[in-house]
Amino acid sequence: MVQMSIAEALRQAIREEMRRDERVFCIGEDIGVKGGFGGAFTVTQGLSEEFGHERILDTPISETAIAGVAIGAAMAGMRPIADVQYGDFLFCMMDQLANQAAKMRYMSGEQVSVPLVMRAPVGATSRGAQHAQSLEAFFTHIPGLKVVAPATAYDAKGLLKSAVRDENPVIVFEHKLLYGSKGARAERGALSPVGEVPEEEYLVPIGKGIVRREGKDVTIVAKLLTLYRALAAAEKLAAEGIEAEVIDPRTLVPLDKELILASVRKTGRLVIVEEDNLTGGWAAEIAAIVAEEAFDYLDAPIKRVSAPDVPPPFAPILEREYVPDEGKIIRAVRALF
Amino acid sequence: MPAKDDQAFTLSTLPPELDAERLKGMYRTMFLIRRFEERVNELYMEGRIPSTLHLYIGQEAVATGVCAALNQDDCVFSTHRPHGHALAKGVAPRAIMAELFAKATGCCKAKGGSMHVGDVRVGMYPAIAIVGANVPIAAGVALAFKMQKSRRVAVSFFGDGAANEGAWHEGLNIASIWKLPVIFVCENNLYAASTPFSLAFNIENVADRAPGYGIPGVVVDGNDVLAVYEVTRAAVERARRGDGPTLIECKTYRQCGHSRSDPRTYRSREEEAAWRERDPIPNFRKWLLAQAVCSPRDLDELEKGVEQTIAEAIAFAESSPDPQPADLYTDVFKE
Repeated sequence: MVQMSIAEALRQAIREEMRRDERVFCIGEDIGVKGGFGGAFTVTQGLSEEFGHERILDTPISETAIAGVAIGAAMAGMRPIADVQYGDFLFCMMDQLANQAAKMRYMSGEQVSVPLVMRAPVGATSRGAQHAQSLEAFFTHIPGLKVVAPATAYDAKGLLKSAVRDENPVIVFEHKLLYGSKGARAERGALSPVGEVPEEEYLVPIGKGIVRREGKDVTIVAKLLTLYRALAAAEKLAAEGIEAEVIDPRTLVPLDKELILASVRKTGRLVIVEEDNLTGGWAAEIAAIVAEEAFDYLDAPIKRVSAPDVPPPFAPILEREYVPDEGKIIRAVRALF
Repeated sequence: MPAKDDQAFTLSTLPPELDAERLKGMYRTMFLIRRFEERVNELYMEGRIPSTLHLYIGQEAVATGVCAALNQDDCVFSTHRPHGHALAKGVAPRAIMAELFAKATGCCKAKGGSMHVGDVRVGMYPAIAIVGANVPIAAGVALAFKMQKSRRVAVSFFGDGAANEGAWHEGLNIASIWKLPVIFVCENNLYAASTPFSLAFNIENVADRAPGYGIPGVVVDGNDVLAVYEVTRAAVERARRGDGPTLIECKTYRQCGHSRSDPRTYRSREEEAAWRERDPIPNFRKWLLAQAVCSPRDLDELEKGVEQTIAEAIAFAESSPDPQPADLYTDVFKE
């Protein structure tokens, strides 16, 4: 076992996949320029020295081209790992992701598939409305895309490697406060969890969630940064005599529905936490699934702890009001008893 | 409108590989596209084909001239108006027809329809019906060819309207800076749906934009199949050499409306009549006979064969099974 940050785990995953398979390459902005950033959050740092600029492709600021070129290359037998500097920029390439990558296999009658990986940093980090959104729900809504959201170094490496080997487009959401980026690219207020990662080869299967903390009284479903907020809340709640079970879905599409349903059948209560806006969000979908399939097991209403329906603000004091935190989760849980 | 006969070829000025068989083959492809589209239009009017149609009538010389300059393993990307490109690249007429009839035997298993026909086995990717969107994707396929050290090239077909989409500009630029083996073929048919070229461009030619991306731009008579072939051949050679993309603008005319519901009230009947004078098919027929490439009887037989092919395609489509409701749920993901 080795201790590493999520940025290091992602970098190691890319390195191993590029060594294993010459079809794998990286494409994005500021990812391999000599003396440059190594990606907005340092994930691709040093890779162009090992693999050269023929496989670590720096693009102009052209998000539509990044997506379109990666899609075309994937259709013609390559395995691109594309990235955007901020998840918010996915909106610039939305046609390519939603109309092209997601639908190519279906509308071609399975002639063509698009084994594309698109990495995107999300999360509010006092950058204001256009560099802070959590966009997962948009992409879980589009049939044809797989969506993963790793919260630990172990999962980041294992899920990214699975994504590269998947035959379908996979969007990988990464949280800015979890990377553990260092130097000039370090994030103020970051959580930067360091985790154990095996030295030997392993994969984390796409579509499998995990119970992060066992409990009998309430189920809390949380991902990315909010997973850590939920775990902290669970510790405080335990002191009050409420044992929360915390579930990290890890993959959003396809969802490990059974893991969540089994937990709710045991606890009878459900709180879903996410940093995305409330309306039409991912939490709403989880709530709907549980209401449809485990209603008889519920002892209390389902609660969502989401960002309110406002854009991500700039002022740190407003951002603290915006993001789900430990206190909001604790209050939501208490209200169910 | 380009002047008539300004670049007329004679047998002695033709590229040497264009022997009588290949010239007849080009005529056959154009005639096949024309008659295929005319028959499809009739079937649509009779209510035997659902959805809408974007017909390629009038532009046959572009798809034919470009695809004649490609190898089968070169790839083309098309648009919402793809039947001509598909036929020219070699997709089986019956597979396209069955797709239009929404039958399970269609080239896309009835999951694509008119706007997404294709067959990757002959280098025709499923057509992409979002205007301009195929430009960066074709560049991506070309990037793969380059990384795989293959000599294959990719072609992106698009209309004049696409040249005002952001994806077009991003795609041309990235293809240029990376010298990708891709050819951008603009079919300037003068109207983006009903909007005339002059309302959407403050330049005379789409190809005038090429120098802004550091690539060659060529304007060619898109109703002259031999002229289209010749400029495409040069662009393909350039791409295979590793010198990067070319923007070819083919000046042509869509003889039909934009789609089935278009009464063409935004343009004059006189303009349409003038362009019909320049119809690529009878003109090429005349040329073949004038140059004694073949006899009228040869062409009559060839045309009869095309009618037979189309009749068989229709019979195949009509006798094919519908998709099953359960097919709705398959092909979203590859296992």
